[in-house]
Amino acid sequence: MAIIATKGTLDWAYPPFILASTAAALGYETQIFFTFYGLQLVRKDLSVLKVSPLGNPGMPMKMPFGPKWFKSINWNMPNAIQAIIPGYENVATALMKQTIANTGVASIPELRELCQEAEVKFIACQMTVELFGFEHSDFIDGLEYGGAATFFEFAGETDICLFI
Amino acid sequence: MNFDKELDARGLNCPLPILRAKKALGEVTSGQVLKILSTDPGSVKDFAAFAKQTGNELLSTAEAGGEFTFFMKKK
Repeated sequence: MAIIATKGTLDWAYPPFILASTAAALGYETQIFFTFYGLQLVRKDLSVLKVSPLGNPGMPMKMPFGPKWFKSINWNMPNAIQAIIPGYENVATALMKQTIANTGVASIPELRELCQEAEVKFIACQMTVELFGFEHSDFIDGLEYGGAATFFEFAGETDICLFI
Repeated sequence: MNFDKELDARGLNCPLPILRAKKALGEVTSGQVLKILSTDPGSVKDFAAFAKQTGNELLSTAEAGGEFTFFMKKK
Protein backbone atom coordinates (compact mmCIF):
# COMPACT_ATOMS: atom_id res chain seq x y z
CA MET A 1 0.00 0.00 0.00
CA ALA A 2 1.23 3.48 -0.86
CA ILE A 3 0.03 6.62 0.94
CA ILE A 4 0.71 10.25 0.14
CA ALA A 5 0.41 12.32 3.33
CA THR A 6 -0.10 16.03 2.59
CA LYS A 7 -1.67 17.45 5.76
CA GLY A 8 0.24 18.78 8.75
CA THR A 9 -2.32 19.05 11.54
CA LEU A 10 -2.95 16.84 14.57
CA ASP A 11 -6.31 15.55 13.29
CA TRP A 12 -5.00 14.78 9.80
CA ALA A 13 -1.95 13.03 11.21
CA TYR A 14 -4.19 10.13 12.21
CA PRO A 15 -5.38 8.66 8.88
CA PRO A 16 -1.93 7.97 7.36
CA PHE A 17 -0.45 6.51 10.55
CA ILE A 18 -3.53 4.45 11.47
CA LEU A 19 -3.88 3.02 7.98
CA ALA A 20 -0.16 2.38 7.53
CA SER A 21 0.31 0.64 10.89
CA THR A 22 -2.81 -1.48 10.36
CA ALA A 23 -1.84 -2.35 6.79
CA ALA A 24 1.57 -3.46 8.02
CA ALA A 25 -0.10 -5.63 10.71
CA LEU A 26 -2.25 -7.21 8.00
CA GLY A 27 0.85 -8.08 6.01
CA TYR A 28 0.84 -5.33 3.38
CA GLU A 29 4.18 -3.84 2.44
CA THR A 30 3.56 -0.18 3.16
CA GLN A 31 5.16 3.12 2.29
CA ILE A 32 4.20 6.73 3.13
CA PHE A 33 5.34 9.64 1.01
CA PHE A 34 5.29 12.85 3.06
CA THR A 35 4.95 16.00 1.03
CA PHE A 36 4.01 19.64 1.57
CA TYR A 37 2.42 20.06 5.04
CA GLY A 38 2.64 16.31 5.56
CA LEU A 39 6.34 16.85 6.31
CA GLN A 40 5.27 18.03 9.78
CA LEU A 41 4.38 14.41 10.57
CA VAL A 42 8.00 13.28 10.33
CA ARG A 43 9.51 16.14 12.35
CA LYS A 44 11.53 15.16 15.43
CA ASP A 45 9.37 17.56 17.40
CA LEU A 46 5.71 16.55 17.02
CA SER A 47 4.48 19.35 19.27
CA VAL A 48 4.18 21.38 16.04
CA LEU A 49 1.01 19.41 15.30
CA LYS A 50 -2.07 21.41 16.23
CA VAL A 51 -5.75 21.26 15.52
CA SER A 52 -7.73 24.31 14.47
CA PRO A 53 -11.52 24.52 14.80
CA LEU A 54 -11.37 27.80 12.82
CA GLY A 55 -13.16 27.41 9.50
CA ASN A 56 -13.92 23.77 10.32
CA PRO A 57 -17.68 23.47 10.87
CA GLY A 58 -17.40 19.67 11.04
CA MET A 59 -15.40 19.71 14.24
CA PRO A 60 -17.38 19.19 17.46
CA MET A 61 -15.99 21.34 20.29
CA LYS A 62 -16.63 19.42 23.48
CA MET A 63 -14.92 19.52 26.85
CA PRO A 64 -12.96 16.39 27.87
CA PHE A 65 -13.75 16.83 31.59
CA GLY A 66 -16.64 17.48 33.96
CA PRO A 67 -20.01 15.76 34.37
CA LYS A 68 -21.73 14.12 31.41
CA TRP A 69 -24.16 17.00 30.72
CA PHE A 70 -21.21 19.41 30.58
CA LYS A 71 -19.19 17.16 28.25
CA SER A 72 -22.08 16.96 25.82
CA ILE A 73 -22.30 20.73 25.27
CA ASN A 74 -21.04 21.79 21.85
CA TRP A 75 -18.98 24.99 22.20
CA ASN A 76 -18.90 25.93 18.54
CA MET A 77 -18.61 29.67 18.03
CA PRO A 78 -18.46 32.02 15.05
CA ASN A 79 -15.23 32.06 13.06
CA ALA A 80 -14.75 35.80 13.63
CA ILE A 81 -14.70 35.26 17.40
CA GLN A 82 -12.40 32.22 17.19
CA ALA A 83 -9.97 34.25 15.10
CA ILE A 84 -9.49 37.07 17.61
CA ILE A 85 -9.01 34.98 20.76
CA PRO A 86 -5.25 34.68 21.37
CA GLY A 87 -4.11 31.10 21.93
CA TYR A 88 -7.43 29.62 20.79
CA GLU A 89 -5.65 27.01 18.66
CA ASN A 90 -3.40 25.98 21.55
CA VAL A 91 -6.37 25.53 23.88
CA ALA A 92 -8.29 23.55 21.23
CA THR A 93 -5.20 21.34 20.72
CA ALA A 94 -4.77 20.72 24.45
CA LEU A 95 -8.45 19.80 24.77
CA MET A 96 -8.22 17.49 21.77
CA LYS A 97 -5.15 15.73 23.22
CA GLN A 98 -7.04 15.22 26.48
CA THR A 99 -10.03 13.78 24.61
CA ILE A 100 -7.67 11.45 22.69
CA ALA A 101 -6.16 10.19 25.96
CA ASN A 102 -9.62 9.79 27.58
CA THR A 103 -10.96 7.65 24.74
CA GLY A 104 -8.02 5.24 24.53
CA VAL A 105 -6.97 6.52 21.12
CA ALA A 106 -3.23 6.21 20.47
CA SER A 107 -1.09 9.35 20.40
CA ILE A 108 0.61 10.35 17.15
CA PRO A 109 4.15 9.68 18.50
CA GLU A 110 2.96 6.20 19.52
CA LEU A 111 1.36 5.43 16.14
CA ARG A 112 4.40 6.72 14.27
CA GLU A 113 6.65 4.50 16.35
CA LEU A 114 4.37 1.50 15.70
CA CYS A 115 4.67 2.21 11.96
CA GLN A 116 8.45 2.28 12.22
CA GLU A 117 8.54 -0.93 14.26
CA ALA A 118 6.38 -2.58 11.58
CA GLU A 119 8.87 -1.44 8.94
CA VAL A 120 6.59 1.01 7.17
CA LYS A 121 8.91 2.92 4.86
CA PHE A 122 8.87 6.72 5.21
CA ILE A 123 9.88 8.89 2.24
CA ALA A 124 10.08 12.68 2.55
CA CYS A 125 9.65 14.86 -0.51
CA GLN A 126 13.03 16.55 -1.01
CA MET A 127 11.50 19.36 -3.09
CA THR A 128 9.15 20.48 -0.29
CA VAL A 129 11.93 20.08 2.30
CA GLU A 130 13.80 22.76 0.36
CA LEU A 131 10.70 24.80 -0.47
CA PHE A 132 9.83 25.18 3.23
CA GLY A 133 13.45 25.74 4.29
CA PHE A 134 13.73 22.60 6.44
CA GLU A 135 17.00 20.81 7.21
CA HIS A 136 17.33 17.03 7.23
CA SER A 137 18.23 17.40 10.92
CA ASP A 138 14.65 18.61 11.58
CA PHE A 139 13.38 15.14 10.74
CA ILE A 140 13.49 11.74 12.41
CA ASP A 141 16.16 9.18 11.52
CA GLY A 142 15.38 6.42 9.08
CA LEU A 143 13.72 8.76 6.61
CA GLU A 144 14.55 8.55 2.92
CA TYR A 145 14.43 11.59 0.67
CA GLY A 146 13.14 11.47 -2.88
CA GLY A 147 10.81 12.93 -5.45
CA ALA A 148 7.71 12.01 -7.44
CA ALA A 149 9.55 9.32 -9.43
CA THR A 150 10.59 7.65 -6.15
CA PHE A 151 6.93 7.53 -5.12
CA PHE A 152 5.80 5.95 -8.40
CA GLU A 153 8.53 3.34 -8.32
CA PHE A 154 6.78 1.78 -5.31
CA ALA A 155 3.18 2.97 -5.88
CA GLY A 156 3.08 1.44 -9.36
CA GLU A 157 3.45 -2.01 -7.84
CA THR A 158 0.83 -1.64 -5.08
CA ASP A 159 -2.83 -2.68 -4.87
CA ILE A 160 -3.90 0.22 -2.65
CA CYS A 161 -2.86 3.82 -3.16
CA LEU A 162 -4.25 6.68 -1.07
CA PHE A 163 -3.90 10.45 -1.15
CA ILE A 164 -4.50 11.97 2.28
CA MET B 1 -11.43 -22.50 26.04
CA ASN B 2 -7.73 -23.21 26.57
CA PHE B 3 -5.29 -20.55 25.52
CA ASP B 4 -1.53 -20.03 25.54
CA LYS B 5 -1.33 -16.27 25.90
CA GLU B 6 -3.69 -13.48 26.94
CA LEU B 7 -3.82 -9.93 25.62
CA ASP B 8 -5.68 -7.28 27.59
CA ALA B 9 -6.64 -4.58 25.07
CA ARG B 10 -9.47 -3.16 27.20
CA GLY B 11 -9.73 0.63 27.07
CA LEU B 12 -7.77 0.80 23.83
CA ASN B 13 -9.26 2.16 20.65
CA CYS B 14 -8.76 1.46 16.93
CA PRO B 15 -6.25 0.42 15.64
CA LEU B 16 -4.42 -0.47 18.88
CA PRO B 17 -6.23 -3.77 19.67
CA ILE B 18 -5.27 -5.10 16.22
CA LEU B 19 -1.68 -3.85 16.45
CA ARG B 20 -1.24 -5.34 19.95
CA ALA B 21 -2.78 -8.63 18.77
CA LYS B 22 -0.40 -8.78 15.82
CA LYS B 23 2.51 -8.29 18.21
CA ALA B 24 1.20 -10.89 20.67
CA LEU B 25 0.73 -13.43 17.87
CA GLY B 26 4.41 -12.92 17.08
CA GLU B 27 5.20 -14.23 20.56
CA VAL B 28 3.37 -17.57 20.25
CA THR B 29 4.07 -20.50 17.96
CA SER B 30 1.96 -21.89 15.14
CA GLY B 31 -1.21 -23.62 16.43
CA GLN B 32 -1.15 -21.84 19.80
CA VAL B 33 -4.17 -19.81 20.90
CA LEU B 34 -4.26 -16.14 21.87
CA LYS B 35 -7.07 -14.83 24.06
CA ILE B 36 -7.88 -11.15 23.48
CA LEU B 37 -10.01 -8.90 25.70
CA SER B 38 -11.34 -5.68 24.22
CA THR B 39 -13.87 -2.94 24.94
CA ASP B 40 -13.80 -1.45 21.44
CA PRO B 41 -17.10 -2.33 19.67
CA GLY B 42 -15.34 -1.84 16.32
CA SER B 43 -12.94 -4.66 17.17
CA VAL B 44 -15.61 -7.31 16.43
CA LYS B 45 -15.53 -6.66 12.71
CA ASP B 46 -11.85 -5.73 12.80
CA PHE B 47 -10.72 -9.05 14.26
CA ALA B 48 -12.82 -10.94 11.71
CA ALA B 49 -11.15 -8.94 8.92
CA PHE B 50 -7.72 -9.37 10.50
CA ALA B 51 -8.21 -13.16 10.64
CA LYS B 52 -9.39 -13.30 7.04
CA GLN B 53 -6.48 -11.22 5.78
CA THR B 54 -3.69 -12.83 7.81
CA GLY B 55 -4.89 -16.45 7.80
CA ASN B 56 -4.91 -16.72 11.60
CA GLU B 57 -8.08 -18.51 12.66
CA LEU B 58 -10.68 -16.65 14.77
CA LEU B 59 -12.01 -19.50 16.91
CA SER B 60 -14.68 -17.52 18.74
CA THR B 61 -16.09 -14.08 19.48
CA ALA B 62 -18.16 -13.37 22.58
CA GLU B 63 -19.64 -10.28 24.21
CA ALA B 64 -20.60 -9.83 27.85
CA GLY B 65 -21.33 -6.53 29.58
CA GLY B 66 -19.63 -4.38 26.95
CA GLU B 67 -16.52 -6.54 26.91
CA PHE B 68 -15.47 -8.63 23.95
CA THR B 69 -13.47 -11.84 24.13
CA PHE B 70 -11.76 -13.33 21.12
CA PHE B 71 -9.82 -16.55 20.73
CA MET B 72 -7.42 -16.60 17.83
CA LYS B 73 -5.30 -19.51 16.69
CA LYS B 74 -1.99 -18.65 15.10
CA LYS B 75 -1.49 -19.85 11.55
